[in-house]
Amino acid sequence: MKRTIFSNQLLPWLLLAPQLVITFVFFLWPAGQAVRQSFLREDAFGTRTAFVGLENFARLWGSPEYLNSLQVTAVFAISVTVLSMGLSLLLAIAVDRMIRSTRVYTTLLVWPYAVAPAVAGILWWFIFNPTIGIMPYLLGGFGYDWNHIQDKGDAMTLVVIASAWKQISYNFLFFLAGLQAIPASLREAAAIDGAGPVRRFFDITFPLLSPTTFFLLVVNIVYAMFDTFGVIDATTEGGPAQATNIMVYKVYFDGFVGQNLGSSAAQSVVLMVLVLVLTVIQFRYVEKKVAY
Amino acid sequence: MIENRPILNLLAHLTLILGVCIVALPVWVAFVASTHGPTAFMSGTIPMWPGDQMIANYSQMLGAGVSTSGTPPVGVMMFNSMIMALSIAIGKIVISVLSAFAVVYFRFPFRGLAFWCIFITLMLPVEVRIVPTFQVVADLGMLNSYAGLSIPLIASATATFLFRQVFLTIPDELTEAARIDGAGPMKFFRDILLPLSRTNIAALFVILFIYGWNQYLWPLLITTSSDYYTIVAGIKRMADAVDGLPQWHLVMATAMLAMIPPVIVVVAMQRLFVKGLVETEK
Repeated sequence: MKRTIFSNQLLPWLLLAPQLVITFVFFLWPAGQAVRQSFLREDAFGTRTAFVGLENFARLWGSPEYLNSLQVTAVFAISVTVLSMGLSLLLAIAVDRMIRSTRVYTTLLVWPYAVAPAVAGILWWFIFNPTIGIMPYLLGGFGYDWNHIQDKGDAMTLVVIASAWKQISYNFLFFLAGLQAIPASLREAAAIDGAGPVRRFFDITFPLLSPTTFFLLVVNIVYAMFDTFGVIDATTEGGPAQATNIMVYKVYFDGFVGQNLGSSAAQSVVLMVLVLVLTVIQFRYVEKKVAY
Repeated sequence: MIENRPILNLLAHLTLILGVCIVALPVWVAFVASTHGPTAFMSGTIPMWPGDQMIANYSQMLGAGVSTSGTPPVGVMMFNSMIMALSIAIGKIVISVLSAFAVVYFRFPFRGLAFWCIFITLMLPVEVRIVPTFQVVADLGMLNSYAGLSIPLIASATATFLFRQVFLTIPDELTEAARIDGAGPMKFFRDILLPLSRTNIAALFVILFIYGWNQYLWPLLITTSSDYYTIVAGIKRMADAVDGLPQWHLVMATAMLAMIPPVIVVVAMQRLFVKGLVETEK
């Protein structure tokens, strides 16, 4: 809290005005519309709307497609998070051992952060292209017939790899920062007591890294659920047979392509509640620094 | 490092080299593809080494584009992306720094409410409220315009928080001294606050530029006129070739061009970028 403050009354509102106007027009108003629309149903011509209460939500829970989408989102988010966090932790530990070459390796590893998810999707889509891609060719050598256009599992693998690839650099930077914040004296003391590198990792490094890990866990789940729209749209478009139709993609698809506004709005509201929960978790636990 | 174990060091280097290779693989493949002519993709697998069509492909994309895909030349799309990224980055910084100043240095009624209104934008990614936001922008007549591309994405709770944190660490004595010297709030803001947060502004700029450049769904929806296509959204339109197979060599050349500006920004500004990332997110 500042002790010294300025006493003007009008000025702060003028300073806040641009932010508040944009927030209201492009965030709060549309969000309110989504909530309102989630209780309405339009007829086929969009001429009449009727208040239907929670029917749109009830329909979601009765819709096999939506339940499938929930499941797909969960599998996708967990796979992306585990894969990208696992790889980046490994890379961060390796870089943390380095004395001279830290900067070079860091530079070589951080740039995928700058690549758009949609472009990442296009790149991996090309690599995995069933007719000319290099990966199907290599996999064919092992007797595996890759085809993400028809095979559900292959399609999911493709979007998971593309999304996780894009997120490695981000996780890597945070893990590295977390590792470098651990006092060397702790590990030295353990080494003197005869603890080997593996023992030291599990008894000292990993517990001390838990705030970073938890923070990244939440961030990665949010990323996989909301920022991977471009990956999905540029590669599988939710297919084949709904296999990669994550919730964010379904909101867009049902709203814009299917013109089913009531259902799309109800899905938006469900997603808003999810982001709300994740944001609150992030703020409550991360701000208080989970340390064990 | 605690003790010298050559085997572990070797293992670490091997892990990293393998990691760098995996991370670079898709870009290498895309680069190679972008240097071949169309016939290289007719049959079999893609070549692993660069071909001789690099200059031809890139100059075709930058200058003329692919007429059949309905997208403008890449040069136009990169220009649009640049405008969008710069507007978003500068716009976000300006409105956030102003509102953080208001929240930290003034006491006024409904201050808490205003702060919460900004905070709540954290929870509403554009993808989530996409249909109603599109309707608002359409009602305001902002489809197919630079304003429509950038203004709806400009509000930013994270940037406001970052500046709030920065301002809270600036000692009260400085404000007092400025007031004793007769400086009004705006003079204090311009002459003391802004210069003191220069590095934070620069760091945030790097992140927001990339955020703006990489936008995909929003430009895809609100631009129907090819004059306003951005490059990231344009790639998808090119890859969805109307007649048959995508022209891989040209799609990949476009992907390379779409990556170059943000990657340069990250690599060149690495120190600032890391600072901005760690401070905004944590």
